[in-house]
Amino acid sequence: MLELQDLSVLRGECPVVDGVTAQVGPGELIGLIGPNGAGKTTLMRGALGLIAHRGASSLAARDPVARAKLAAWLPQAREIAWGLSVAELVALGRLPHGRDQNTVGAAAVEEALRRMGLESYRERTATHLSGGEQARVLIARALAQQSPLILADEPIAGLDPAAQIATMEVFAAHAQAGGAVVTSLHDLGLAARHCTRLWVMDRGRLVADGKPEEVLTEQLLAEVFHIRAHFKITPEGPVFQPLSTLGL
Amino acid sequence: MSYRAILILLGLACAALFLASLLIGPSGISPLQGLSALISGEGAAGLVMRELRLPRAILGIGVGAALGLSGAAMQGFLRNPLAEPGLIGTSAGAALGAVIAIQTGLYAAFALALPFAALAGAGVAVALILILAGREGRALVLILAGIAVSALAAAATALVLNLAPSPYAAAEIVFWMMGSLADRSMTHVALALPFVILGAVILLRAGAGLDALSLGEDAAASMGISLKKLKLQIVFGTALMVGAATAVAGAIGFVGLVVPHLLRKSVGSRPSRLLPASALGGAAMLTLADIATRVIAPERDLKLGVLTALVGAPFFLSMIRKMGREG
Repeated sequence: MLELQDLSVLRGECPVVDGVTAQVGPGELIGLIGPNGAGKTTLMRGALGLIAHRGASSLAARDPVARAKLAAWLPQAREIAWGLSVAELVALGRLPHGRDQNTVGAAAVEEALRRMGLESYRERTATHLSGGEQARVLIARALAQQSPLILADEPIAGLDPAAQIATMEVFAAHAQAGGAVVTSLHDLGLAARHCTRLWVMDRGRLVADGKPEEVLTEQLLAEVFHIRAHFKITPEGPVFQPLSTLGL
Repeated sequence: MSYRAILILLGLACAALFLASLLIGPSGISPLQGLSALISGEGAAGLVMRELRLPRAILGIGVGAALGLSGAAMQGFLRNPLAEPGLIGTSAGAALGAVIAIQTGLYAAFALALPFAALAGAGVAVALILILAGREGRALVLILAGIAVSALAAAATALVLNLAPSPYAAAEIVFWMMGSLADRSMTHVALALPFVILGAVILLRAGAGLDALSLGEDAAASMGISLKKLKLQIVFGTALMVGAATAVAGAIGFVGLVVPHLLRKSVGSRPSRLLPASALGGAAMLTLADIATRVIAPERDLKLGVLTALVGAPFFLSMIRKMGREG
C-alpha cells in the first residue's frame, strides 16, 4: 500500500529524513515512534509528496486526487477555520470523490461519525467543541475519505484515556478490514498494545522496524529514548511502563 | 430555510431591486411610462431609460456581484472573516490607473481611456503581487504583498493628486475615487461585464478547494487540492472582478467585507455555499445602496462609495467588537 525507497527530505543541507526504506501492507497498524525532532512528521509528509524529497514513495508519484483516494492524511495541527457543523466538516473527507454527497458519500459520513461516537454531534458547530472533541471530528473526516491507507500525525495527543484507546481501536479495525494505518505517537504503552508493527525513528533515520516486543528492547529504549522501562507480555496483552530517564 | 430557498430569495431580491433601480430617478418618469419607453426607446424618456438608467442598473448588479463574490472568495482563501477583495492591491492599482488617465487628460480626449487605464493598473498590481508572493508562496505572503502593492499604489495616487495641474482636475480625481454608478453608459457595461463574468466563472469553480482549505493548507493538499492552482484562481478571479468593477465604478468599499459576513448566519460558513450567495447578496446590497443615493439626496449627487463606507464602517466596528467579546 505504501513503498518507500531511500526516501530523504532535506532542510537546507541538513537531512531531516535520511534514506528511509520501508513498506506498508494491508492489515498493518504501524506506530511511528521516536523522540521529538526525529523526523516522524516529515517522513509522513514526504511519503505523501506534500514536501520536496529525494528517493521514491509510491504515493508521492501519483497525481493528487488519485493519491487522496489511496491515502488520507491527518495533520497534527487541528485547524478548523470556520464554524462548520460536525456533519459538514466530516463530509469534507468526500472531496476527492467528487459529487457523491447524496449516495455513497452520505453513507461514508454516517459510518465515520458512528465509528468515532459522534452521532449526537452532527449539528454541533465544530469550532465550539473542546480540543479533544475537535480531534475526534477530524479523525472522522479522515475516515470518511475511505482511503485504504491512513497516515495520522499524533492523532491521540490531548485526548482523554478512553478516547485514546477508542481511537487506536478504530485504527486497528480499519487495518483488520484490509486497510492500513501509519500513526505517529508518543505513548509507547498504547503503541505496544495496539500496533502490529513499530517504526522507530532517530535523527532522521529509521533505526528499527518490527513487532513491538522485538523493537522495544532495553538497549533501544536507552539509545533512542534515553529511558528505562518495564515491558511485560501479560495475559491482558503487552504492558509498557516508562520508569526513569537516563539523562539527556 | 434551505440553501436553495435562500438563493431563490436573494435572486428575487436582485430582480426586484434591478427593476426599482430602473424606475427610480430624478427625471420624474412614471413607472409605466418608464417601462414602455425602455422597450420602445422613443423620446426623451426612452433616452433616459436606455442611456442612463439601464446601464446604471446593470452595473449595480454586476459591480455588486463582483464585490460580494470576490469578498467571499478572499475570506475563504485567507480563512479570515475580516479579509476584503481590495486586500491584494487590485482596487488600489485600478484606482491609480484611472487617476493617471484623468490627470494626463487622456480621459477628456477619449472617455474610455479611464476604464482601460484602470484595468491596466489592476493588471500591473496582479503581476506585482504574483512576483512578490511567488508561485509557491503561502497565504500570509500574499497578504503582505497585497499590503505593499496597495501602499505603493496609494502613494503614487497621492503624488498624482499632489501634482494636479488645477484644482478642477484634483476635484475630479477625488470625486471619481469616491465611487459612483451615475452617468455610466452601455459602453461601460460592455467593457466591464466580460471581465466580471470571467472572474465569476473562475471564482465559483474554486468552491471545493476553499472548503478543503478550511482544514488548513496541509489537509487540503492531502485531499487532492492543488494549492498553487487555487491561489492563482483566487488572485486572477478577484483581480478580474475587482479590477473591472473599480474601472467603471471607482473605489467602493465594505460591500465585499460585509456581505459574506451577513450571509454566514443564514447560509452557513462553508465557502462553496457562501460564494454564489455572496454574489447575489452583493448585487442586491449595492443596487439598494445606489437607489438610496438617489432617494436620500436627489440633487446633491451623493457618491455611492461614500454611502457604503458610512453604513459599512460602523457595521465593521460592531463586528470587531463582537469578535473581541467572543475571543
